[in-house]
Amino acid sequence: MADVKLTHVKKIYSNKVEVLKDINLDIKQGEFIVFVGPSGCGKSTLLRMISGLEEITSGTLEIDGQVVNDVPPALRGIAMVFQSYALYPHMSVYDNMAFSLQIAKLSKEDIDQQVRKAADLLQLTPYLDRLPKALSGGQRQRVAIGRAIVRRPKVFLFDEPLSNLDAALRVATRMEIANLKESMPDSTMIYVTHDQVEAMTLADRIVLLSGGDVEQVGPPLDLYEHPANVFVAKFIGSPSMNVVPCKIEKAGEQTSVSICPSIVVDTPIVTDVKEESKAAFFGIRPENLVVVETAEEGFLTGEVTFVESLGEATLLYVKVPGCDEAMIAKQAGTLNIKRGDTVHLSALPEKMHLFDSNELSYLR
Amino acid sequence: MAQLASALMTMIVGILGCVVYFYGSNILLDKIFPTKNRPAQDVARNLRIANNVRPWLFLGPAVLLLTFYLFYPVIDSIRLSFFDRSGDEFVGISNYVWLFGNDEFFESFQNNMLWLIVVPTMSTFLGLVIATMTDRIWWGNIAKSLIFMPMAISFIGASVIWKFIYDFRSGGDAQIGLLNAIVVFFGGEPQNWITMPFWNNFFLMVILIWVQTGFAMVILSAALRGIPDETIEAAVLDGASGVQIFFKIMVPQIWGTIAVVWTTITILVLKVFDIVLAMTNGQWDTQVLANQMFDWMFRGGGDFGRGAVVAIVIMVMVIPIMVWNIKRANAEMEGR
Amino acid sequence: MITSSKRSPLTYLVHATVLFLVVIWTIPTAGLFISSIRDKDQLSVSGWWTALSTSEQRIVTRANDPETQTKEGDLFVIRGNLLEGGSGVVVKFGSSSLKPEAFNVETLAELKKGKTLQVSENGDYVLSSPDEWRGSRGQRIFYTAEIPPRFTLDNYREVLGTEGLGQSFLNSLTVTIPATVIPILVAAFAAYALAWMRFPGRALLLASVVGLLVVPLQMSLIPLLKSYNLIGEFFGVGSKTYVGIWLAHTGFGLPLAIYLLRNYIAGLPREIIESARVDGASDFDIFRKIILPLSFPALASFAIFQFLWVWNDLLIAMVFLGNNEEHLVLTGQLRELLGSRGGNWEILTASAFITIIIPLCVFFSLQRYLVRGLLAGSVK
Repeated sequence: MADVKLTHVKKIYSNKVEVLKDINLDIKQGEFIVFVGPSGCGKSTLLRMISGLEEITSGTLEIDGQVVNDVPPALRGIAMVFQSYALYPHMSVYDNMAFSLQIAKLSKEDIDQQVRKAADLLQLTPYLDRLPKALSGGQRQRVAIGRAIVRRPKVFLFDEPLSNLDAALRVATRMEIANLKESMPDSTMIYVTHDQVEAMTLADRIVLLSGGDVEQVGPPLDLYEHPANVFVAKFIGSPSMNVVPCKIEKAGEQTSVSICPSIVVDTPIVTDVKEESKAAFFGIRPENLVVVETAEEGFLTGEVTFVESLGEATLLYVKVPGCDEAMIAKQAGTLNIKRGDTVHLSALPEKMHLFDSNELSYLR
Repeated sequence: MAQLASALMTMIVGILGCVVYFYGSNILLDKIFPTKNRPAQDVARNLRIANNVRPWLFLGPAVLLLTFYLFYPVIDSIRLSFFDRSGDEFVGISNYVWLFGNDEFFESFQNNMLWLIVVPTMSTFLGLVIATMTDRIWWGNIAKSLIFMPMAISFIGASVIWKFIYDFRSGGDAQIGLLNAIVVFFGGEPQNWITMPFWNNFFLMVILIWVQTGFAMVILSAALRGIPDETIEAAVLDGASGVQIFFKIMVPQIWGTIAVVWTTITILVLKVFDIVLAMTNGQWDTQVLANQMFDWMFRGGGDFGRGAVVAIVIMVMVIPIMVWNIKRANAEMEGR
Repeated sequence: MITSSKRSPLTYLVHATVLFLVVIWTIPTAGLFISSIRDKDQLSVSGWWTALSTSEQRIVTRANDPETQTKEGDLFVIRGNLLEGGSGVVVKFGSSSLKPEAFNVETLAELKKGKTLQVSENGDYVLSSPDEWRGSRGQRIFYTAEIPPRFTLDNYREVLGTEGLGQSFLNSLTVTIPATVIPILVAAFAAYALAWMRFPGRALLLASVVGLLVVPLQMSLIPLLKSYNLIGEFFGVGSKTYVGIWLAHTGFGLPLAIYLLRNYIAGLPREIIESARVDGASDFDIFRKIILPLSFPALASFAIFQFLWVWNDLLIAMVFLGNNEEHLVLTGQLRELLGSRGGNWEILTASAFITIIIPLCVFFSLQRYLVRGLLAGSVK
């Protein structure tokens, strides 16, 4: 069982900077876990601690039920794919993939067999004799993955493996990684990225980090539909969720809030606020705001201050009187709406989100 | 042939010795603290020990050599400067007293100062000028290569080359030294340049400038090429002339490199010894500190106390540059 | 800006100035080389820049011994050739040092006691006398000849053989090769440790290396000389050994070597080294299989530096190898010659050229690496 378990894991650098505060995670065998978060959130440090390249300040890390805090990287049963691929520039593709096996003193035949198998899987066989510099970016990426595969690790670690590729290749390689996971259902994969699309498409579960803390752990759609707090709500989804301050007018089975500041909205969200006029936050995703014909159909009316036509969708920046920031509405296709027009917006109540004054989500 | 064979043998033994040390010591360490096929606690413990020991296996020979050849001698030189000629008897500060009452020392010191002012300035200046000009002509690389060439020539070789240029024939004989031939060609009187007091210093300095200009040129040329083209293009658009661009846009941007070149040559000048030894051996008022120090090391069986004192004067002159270098290096490493 | 000025008069000025400077920079070496292959008699009377033109030389020689005289009619005749088969044209001749150019060629010079001397252009001479020639040495003949340029390798033959430069050449090689290889090995390991290993005292050690970079050699000489004497006595091998000078050069070259190599090795991508670590490589494996191959350019740069420095060094060789024949290196030998054969330019020029030829070859073939090393060592 290649479970990975982190208990109260902390990382404090020598200059007293706490980059990771009390991380607790339980990763099951065969899971595809994605660490995602803005840069500087500690996601790479966390991955490097699991790999053994970075020391763990306190807490325990278990792989396969064994505490491995002090076990060197090579003996943890992990393999890592680096952002820059980290191919050895002076070795051929074959030697790159064989390196770890040679270090482990495997027999020549075993090495050859495993390298060829991996090369076959990744369609690298024609390139085995080439040097990395003679390969394209995508091929290099595959060599890096091949180098991880030949070690038959219990846990695969990916450190932003797609960020050096151009957009088209990124999509293709993303699919390849997904396929790779399919073909190796027993191995655990931990993947770090700052790109939420990669996180959404690849992950069984996402671990969203920010400022050295875990903000939320869960399947991608959970994070999208039920963000635990404003940070998660705004991080997942593009463009990010409109979040505006509101006052709770009526709590209970259904909650009424007022926004901007006197528009009253009814939501099917349960709250148990005792005091009247409690400050809170109201959120609605741009794709859930729909342009409607009349003011009666909608709940917001405002002036369009900016239009972004993306082709497959149109983004409207709508200034609602009484709100400080413009709301963004994402409409499918192209619309015949210009700057300065007045539009009415509606939304399904079940798509609405409410957060308390600490920016934590109210349960629905 | 026997010489060749024994030389080859000693070379191989010397080099093999090094290789065997590094290989052997590391394998030994892995054998004493194995990390393969052991229980996890053992692995962790052994690994920790091995990781603490290994840097010193790597560094050991270097640290030993640096200590023996540089650290310890510097300390011992300071000690010896308070001892007599054989280094046995403590004589207090009498070597220093002797030094500051010594005419030859003041002559050397003055000459050294002259060298310190002229050589780095001229080399850096010429290097900068040549770097700028060669960067804009198609055969610039060939020109650079030729001007850089004296770098490869030993000071003693350069001295022979220039002694030949300065050669002087008395009377009406044809001059075979180029400099005197040119003087005669323009109707002048041939001179014995090397014995001409005061000015002969400059004729010796020319040799070092000839050698060092290439160094300055190569480094400054790289620095000039490192200047972003945009800044120059912006200056052109702002209407600056070529000279203005050079002095107001380019030179300020490579100021750091100029300082590095300058100090590197300065250090070299302080140590210059071969040229003076070969050209004049300090006669005709050309003595410098390094040669004087060498002189005292061996004169009349050697006077270690006085030699050490002269060495310390050179060291003291180097210290400001040393401090500056360390500060610069530290700043750089923090930037990494 | 640079391209637009291509046709302006300023560009021609730049071309001219650079050409002028290049000429100044190369002429000294060129002069040395040309002189070294000239005939030594020509070398000492005319500048090397006239090497290709015919030179007029005043020469004194002796006619053949009286033993070679033959009797032709009632005259005793000695025949011979002044130029001894060499090329050239005799223009004037004479029989006394007071008037060395008394006669034009082909004229019949009347000497004392009815003797006559006739010299023709090609150097043939006829001495005749009514009495038998006596004495063991031949008559002195002064002549002025126009000698065409003559180039020869005799100077090199002489310095390599009788002047002992061949031996010195071998000595220089024996000193230089190990003194180049050993510091590279020692420094590369140290540089790796300083760049990629964590241990207490690392920063201090690095700062010391930078500091030692500028310590003048002079500071070390006296204490080391004392230590060498002690060690030599202890082992009974004397203080001047090759091992001694290798280690001295290693010690003095180490600060630069460590500094250069550390800068390079520290600049290698971190992920490659981490990847190797994840792959199970120990520090020694990483050094051998990753760092060494990737650092080749830096190693080559330093090797060239150290080679030039050791080959060209005079000071350390004089102090630690001494002046005795069997250990004398090229630079030392050249210095000795400068003292003992100060006026013999054919010896000095040829010797100097032999000492600089190897570094020049290294310089021109490996300049790329040399420049790279210089830049790594100096610019930030």
